[in-house]
Amino acid sequence: MENLKMSGVQSKTPLTHGIDIDSLKREHAGLRLHEETIAIEVEGLNLYYGDKQALRNISLKIPERKVTAFIGPSGCGKSTLLRCFNRMNDLIDGCRIEGQIRLHGKNIFDRDVDVAMLRRRVGMVFQKPNPFPKSIYENVAYGMRLAGINKKRELDETVEWALKGAALWDEVKDRLDESALGLSGGQQQRLVIARAIAIQPDVILLDEPCSALDPISTLKVEELINELKNRYTIVIVTHNMQQAARVSDYTAFMYMGDLIEFGDTDQLFTKPQQKQTEDYITGRYG
Amino acid sequence: MSITNPDARSLVADTRASVASYIKSGQPYIWLTAAAITVAFIITCALLVLTAARGLPHFWPAGLVQARYLQPGAPAVDVLAEIRSREEVTAARLKNAGLPVSEDQPLYERLLIKVGNRDLLGSDFRFVLSDWLVERSYPRDAVVLERMEWGNFHGFLESVRIDGKVVEGEAAWTAYRAAQGRVNELRERIRDIEKVQIGSVNYELERLRLAERRLQIEGKTPQSHPDAYAELAARRKEQDARYQQLREQLVDLNREANRDTVTMRTVDGQLIEMPIFKLVDGYRPNAMGTFEKLGHFFAKVWSFVSDEPREANTEGGIFPAIFGTVLMVLIMSVIVTPFGILAALYLREYARQGPLTQAIRIAVNNLAGVPSIVFGMFGLGFFVYFIGAGIDRAFYPEASPAPVFGTPGLLWSSLTLALLTLPVVIVATEEGLARIPRSIREASLALGATKAETLWRVVLPMASPAMMTGLILAIARAAGEVAPLMLVGVVKLAPSLPLDGNFPFIHLERKFMHLGFHIYDVGFQSPNVEAARPLVYATSFLLVLVVISLNVTAITIRNRLRERYKALDH
Repeated sequence: MENLKMSGVQSKTPLTHGIDIDSLKREHAGLRLHEETIAIEVEGLNLYYGDKQALRNISLKIPERKVTAFIGPSGCGKSTLLRCFNRMNDLIDGCRIEGQIRLHGKNIFDRDVDVAMLRRRVGMVFQKPNPFPKSIYENVAYGMRLAGINKKRELDETVEWALKGAALWDEVKDRLDESALGLSGGQQQRLVIARAIAIQPDVILLDEPCSALDPISTLKVEELINELKNRYTIVIVTHNMQQAARVSDYTAFMYMGDLIEFGDTDQLFTKPQQKQTEDYITGRYG
Repeated sequence: MSITNPDARSLVADTRASVASYIKSGQPYIWLTAAAITVAFIITCALLVLTAARGLPHFWPAGLVQARYLQPGAPAVDVLAEIRSREEVTAARLKNAGLPVSEDQPLYERLLIKVGNRDLLGSDFRFVLSDWLVERSYPRDAVVLERMEWGNFHGFLESVRIDGKVVEGEAAWTAYRAAQGRVNELRERIRDIEKVQIGSVNYELERLRLAERRLQIEGKTPQSHPDAYAELAARRKEQDARYQQLREQLVDLNREANRDTVTMRTVDGQLIEMPIFKLVDGYRPNAMGTFEKLGHFFAKVWSFVSDEPREANTEGGIFPAIFGTVLMVLIMSVIVTPFGILAALYLREYARQGPLTQAIRIAVNNLAGVPSIVFGMFGLGFFVYFIGAGIDRAFYPEASPAPVFGTPGLLWSSLTLALLTLPVVIVATEEGLARIPRSIREASLALGATKAETLWRVVLPMASPAMMTGLILAIARAAGEVAPLMLVGVVKLAPSLPLDGNFPFIHLERKFMHLGFHIYDVGFQSPNVEAARPLVYATSFLLVLVVISLNVTAITIRNRLRERYKALDH
């Protein structure tokens, strides 16, 4: 048992080299969570698809300008929880939500909340890259045009800024007018990230952003996530535990709609408090 | 390479011939599917080739054969004719028809010849037996004259009288050609004055009459509103003066046009003098070389496409019918596209999916199966008699009792066909919308777009090729439809095009001509069956070409859109 757990940690060490060293240095992160500023606070969240309950009484606090990862086996509700933060579940027929999610103190399920405004503040990147069949430029400018910004200069500046922010500018600066569908998968995913940051959200939700990418592209996106956390609160859902260990500061482990354990990433991976967590990260199931 | 390992032998294909292994190989399915597409392709080509082959020779200047027709027991007749077709007929049938044929010869060749000169002979066409048509020759000076009335004239040029001076001999032909050119130019000018200029005067006068009638209906008398009446009177006077001036021009032009005459000799020696103004064209087919004939052919095809019909649609061109068909289809497209797209959008994107939506969807699909004549009845009862009459009562009380919109016309035809083709557009658009990946919609929504913004900015552009597919199918159906149009606006002969230079330029209330109906009319209603037959084929050929070109345009647009919004590979 101890061996298996150790191997999980060992495999993480070389891969995180140069990426997230300070998280390795942390010893008692459980304490540190109390020191963080909280961006999103989930309280007593229950979610039902028709009669089936998909999330059970979830409560957690997501710190600002840190990377929080949700891990767990397929169907555990991690993506569902993520999609609550920008109310993407509103689109699903028969989806019912109880409880509260407070973004900087404001419950996003309040009646007076404008969903479009919420989604502008909480950007999202999906599992598969989903650029629009438009030019690279128009993809990045899409959110701004929605917000009513149409001045050429302003758009130009922001598009460049966002593409630089997503580490894509150098690769596409000469072909901004070409179709975004001509980019590689990894480039498309970074384009989608650029599109999300172009409207300057507070929070970026990443729903298994690397699952459709090759290792090199994955590395680039992970480096990007590390950059972005200086400015944004990032929540990432991932199947890949090593990725969670590499990129996140805090990790939540979910199982069958329950939040089993939430805490500092290092602690969760090295000294899990719950048996289920330990079983999962040591590869008993999932 | 030889197989050394015995285990590898099991990989070698079973070459023993058996039905089971043949079916298993999949070959029969390839053949079956290939045969299906081949048959479809061949039939399409055959359709084009047949209509073209039957229709187009009509425009070729066929040689004129001069001969003597010796039917036993009847006086000899001289003919100057064009041989239209040949067929083998049994002697028994000919005997039944009362011809004195001998039964020794089982089969006779029967010819259909066009003798022309309908005014003299009573009929353009007659059947003759090839054996009795003797002493055949092709005189180089035989002339075909196309006339405004009575069809073609076959004969020989005797003399031409130009401005009172008689020209004879070989010089007569040159003189005639020159005179014909001059007359055709004059005819154009006369037509322009009659149709366009006097037409616009009449149109103005009618509007003034209606304006006066309107004043009367509103209870404004000349006493109470002298200014209004005075203005109408002044404008009417202006139009009357214009009319007088045009009238005088017309009289001059007509005198000029009727100045020259041509004297022709028929094959049996009658001399006939006719004004060149009554002729459209004249040519000597036997004296023409291949290139001349080719030039003549294309000129005739062009005039068929660009001229107005004459003589109960059996002569002249079919331009108004082409124009009417295309305009009607365009107006229909303009109506059906937005209407169908909006309906499909609601059905697919906004309506709660349930039994009711499903029932509506089935009902819409079933509309496509309703016979088109039923749509025609609906169009007549609803659009013409209800809406049209309502419009007349509300907006055109001055025209009563003559209807404006309360009678079949272009607008109602377009609307009826729009209704007829609506299901196609709705179904195609719905399918297009359903194919847009959910991930793309979510991408837009996640960036703070509302549902409407997502639809407008992302979904609709991506679904536009599917909408074009719907439109292509709609056009194909509408352009070929005849039955409902006969009830809601198509006529045999429309006096004017629905598009002209008089305000408001497009006259949606007018009746119009249509290629499909033209085929029906020429084919079934023509008094001159033989003359009409090639025109039926030629018109069909043209209708197919019109449908093809409308479709090619739509398909080109669709392919552009497809290229632009090409589907994502997930």
